[in-house]
Amino acid sequence: MSGIVWAAASAAGAVLLAAGVVLGRLTAPRGGRAADLDLGTPVERATFHTLHTASLAAPPLRAGLTEETARRAARPLRSLLGTEALCLTDGTAVLAWDGPGEGHHHGGVPDLAAGTLETGRSRSAPTGCADPGCDLRWAVTAPLTGEEGVLGALVAYGPRESAVLVRAATEVARWVSVQLELAELDRSRTRMVEAEIRALRAQISPHFIFNSLAAIASFVRTDPERARDLLLEFADFTRYSFRRHGDFAQLADELRAIEQYLALAGARFGDRLKVTLQIAPEVLPVALPFLCLQPLVENAVKHGLQDRERGCRVTIAARDAGAEAVVTVEDDGVGMDPERLRAVLRGEHPGGSGIGLSNVDERLRQVYGPEHGLVIETGVGAGMKVTARFPKYRPGVHPSRTR
Amino acid sequence: MNQTYAVAAVTAVVLATVLIGALGLRVSRTTSDFYVASRTAGPRLNAAAISGEYLSAASFLGIAGLVLVQGPAMLWYPVGYTAGYLVLLVLVAAPLRRSGAYTLSDFAEARLESRRVRRLASLFVVGIGWLYLLPQLQGAGLTLEILTGAPDWVGGLLVALVVTCTVAAGGMRSITFVQAFQYWLKLTALLVPAFFLVAAWYGDGAPRARFDAPAVLREHTVVRVADTVRIALDAPLTLTVTGTVDAVRYEERSVTLDPGAHHVGGGTVLALPPGTAVPERRAEGADPLGWSQPLAGGRDGHQLYATYGLILATFLGTMGLPHVAVRFYTSPHGRAARRTTLVVLGLIGAFYLLPALYGALGRIYAPELALTGSADAAVLVLPDRILGGALGDVLGACLAGGAFAAFLSTASGLTMSVAGVLAQDVLPSRAVRHFRLATPLATAVPLAVGVAASKVPVADAVGLAFAVSASSFCPLLVLGIWWRRLTPPGAAAGLLLGGGSALAAVMATRAGLAPAGWPHTLMAWPAVWSVPLGFLTMVLVSLATPRSVPAGTAATLARLHLPERFTAPVPAQEARR
Repeated sequence: MSGIVWAAASAAGAVLLAAGVVLGRLTAPRGGRAADLDLGTPVERATFHTLHTASLAAPPLRAGLTEETARRAARPLRSLLGTEALCLTDGTAVLAWDGPGEGHHHGGVPDLAAGTLETGRSRSAPTGCADPGCDLRWAVTAPLTGEEGVLGALVAYGPRESAVLVRAATEVARWVSVQLELAELDRSRTRMVEAEIRALRAQISPHFIFNSLAAIASFVRTDPERARDLLLEFADFTRYSFRRHGDFAQLADELRAIEQYLALAGARFGDRLKVTLQIAPEVLPVALPFLCLQPLVENAVKHGLQDRERGCRVTIAARDAGAEAVVTVEDDGVGMDPERLRAVLRGEHPGGSGIGLSNVDERLRQVYGPEHGLVIETGVGAGMKVTARFPKYRPGVHPSRTR
Repeated sequence: MNQTYAVAAVTAVVLATVLIGALGLRVSRTTSDFYVASRTAGPRLNAAAISGEYLSAASFLGIAGLVLVQGPAMLWYPVGYTAGYLVLLVLVAAPLRRSGAYTLSDFAEARLESRRVRRLASLFVVGIGWLYLLPQLQGAGLTLEILTGAPDWVGGLLVALVVTCTVAAGGMRSITFVQAFQYWLKLTALLVPAFFLVAAWYGDGAPRARFDAPAVLREHTVVRVADTVRIALDAPLTLTVTGTVDAVRYEERSVTLDPGAHHVGGGTVLALPPGTAVPERRAEGADPLGWSQPLAGGRDGHQLYATYGLILATFLGTMGLPHVAVRFYTSPHGRAARRTTLVVLGLIGAFYLLPALYGALGRIYAPELALTGSADAAVLVLPDRILGGALGDVLGACLAGGAFAAFLSTASGLTMSVAGVLAQDVLPSRAVRHFRLATPLATAVPLAVGVAASKVPVADAVGLAFAVSASSFCPLLVLGIWWRRLTPPGAAAGLLLGGGSALAAVMATRAGLAPAGWPHTLMAWPAVWSVPLGFLTMVLVSLATPRSVPAGTAATLARLHLPERFTAPVPAQEARR
């Protein structure tokens, strides 16, 4: 019995504690506001107030001119202007209305804004309102401009014609226009980064396509069955490589693409190419940048078989290392002068080789940060070992559907 | 007990673990085996790995010891340990996998998009990991003490060293294979001796364990009482004493004790004639409840409360154990994670039939262990006690090997999780080097605390880790997965208040600061009040801060709940078939 009493008492304590936390959170901002009681002269405080109101309107406008952002910006803009009502329009529809009188003035907005949208100049006009109790007698229309001309208009309503309101509305509209231009700048910067990432996405080389088709062609007469299998691998591999959407894939899918690539390379090089795999099942679900391993394997095959009559062995290993997966691609080929390799990774491509390596390196650094670039161990005649480390989890890195 | 066999068995288990861990993947494969090489771990392999990592010293030794001392009430432990996976299966398994999170901190970050909540969650991962490591190392110490007579810190040090070295050296490369192997090793190590023991018990005329009366000694028994205990007698007892009883010193004297309570000093050796009822060991203010009461936690009385505390902690705590959560990452998709959990339920359920059997046999053949305070050793001494001879030695060695497999697998899993989180979120920068530095830290803290802290039954100590996990990560996971209005401030407040209070209560209990009686019960079994506290705080604070709902909540929840078919890739080889 006393157990129930105790449980009830502790539950009540829990409720009280939680209620206290909630109360504290709710009351905290009020205490904060009381702090700015005597700060500066009235003029200075008016300036602070204006700047603060403007700063409230800025964040939504920095996301561009849409219904959602206009709605959130309209209220601070109206208090900035101190008018009866304020409306933001994009030329075709009313995006947001703040203040009274939306019901019967809504329909008149396109007519009021039409002149401004066409000329890009502010104008003041009577609203011609039929309701004698309505304060919205005059409207000032000011243009909102972006890089591509007039985007919309700001309409401020007042009880009488006023040069001050015209001036104020024009200035506010100009300020809004600057914010909208910044928004466009943000968007184009994002687009540029995206375009760069897309350009960095590995491309299969045309040589690979010619060589594969030539190798398949050589089997068409002698071994039609094998030629058919190889064509199917080729189809699968190209479909995977040419996919458009998603920047990340699972390691299991990447390995599958590598398998197809090696099957095609094997058709060309025959017994000279040997492959060893050591894959830990724990790391197969790891998400990693799309097609970032295939260039490493391609590089290993190319280096391994360069200037050599005897064959080469390519070793691909993926192992579990706590919160990371470590993938190594190793060949016992000609290797590379470390100085030359450094130049390749810096982006200078003597002889055009190694684009794959620097591309993968750059993408890994972009996605996971500078400490996750490729680690390459090599020397002339000593083969090459490329190590890449992939965190098992990174915010925003999710594999997308591949096939 | 013959030391040679046991030491050989323990060495073999340690070597096998290290070798499989290091060499498991050194099998060369050619191109034609690409399909085999890139196949994900199936639900059965993965489930065996999860079970292997999960079945710790508490399961292997602790439950039998508790059943021996306190009776069938203690079966709530295996029930709870297993049922935790049912809750995990229904509420958490598939969405957790789909979230793409590797650790619980990752989940907090993925769901709440907040680095602060992530750091807070990491602190709890480390705290729970240490609380859970502590009894593993203590259990290892106890086992080695029984096997070889070494001081009780040697076993813990040995396990800590082996685990630290293999983990820091990156030796646990094929951890799924290692842990799956450990599960089958542990099951075999308990199952094979169980057959012999049950056969011997049957040949002995199948004596029944006495549930309501004190257990009766079957032969002349010498008991060494390690710590001072208070015993209660219902009838006069004649025995030979070397040491202190009721503040009187005896040297191999025959003494007759009257009915009532007596104090037996630490280090006293009691020689009991056959046929005596084993005196009940009892703490202050204990309730004289029989052995067959279906309620747990008899030390303070208040069994009903303690039983509910245990049930809540184990049912809801499993999902928040750091080493369990990371294993789900190995499943290729959410459906496989769910299927894996189902297999885990079967594997663990099968395993837990055995400790109960050992507990009951221990009550018949080794009841005096209840008096010595090292009842956790019941599983280890039974073969020697029942069978004796070479067969007893071999089976005892088999059990010792199994017990070490339990310490090693759980400790290595926990160490990897704790060290990973320490290196990633607690120590300054992220690098492989830091993981190596973090590993000794991850094992050194529980090792040091284990030497200093008071001895608590292994299963009890694990229960404390479960309680903290149930009050911190259970609200975070359940609300994070099923409630779209959870906010970062809400989650942080819930973690701090629910998990923090449970952690504080548990630490105070372990440090011996809790006053006796009700406060002790409340603090030793915090789950009853701390789990609702955690949930309530999270909900209320989230409702009070509706503006902090993360921007990506809708997208995150869609990813958690929609099958991967709509959001992510189907593994290649499955799509092909």
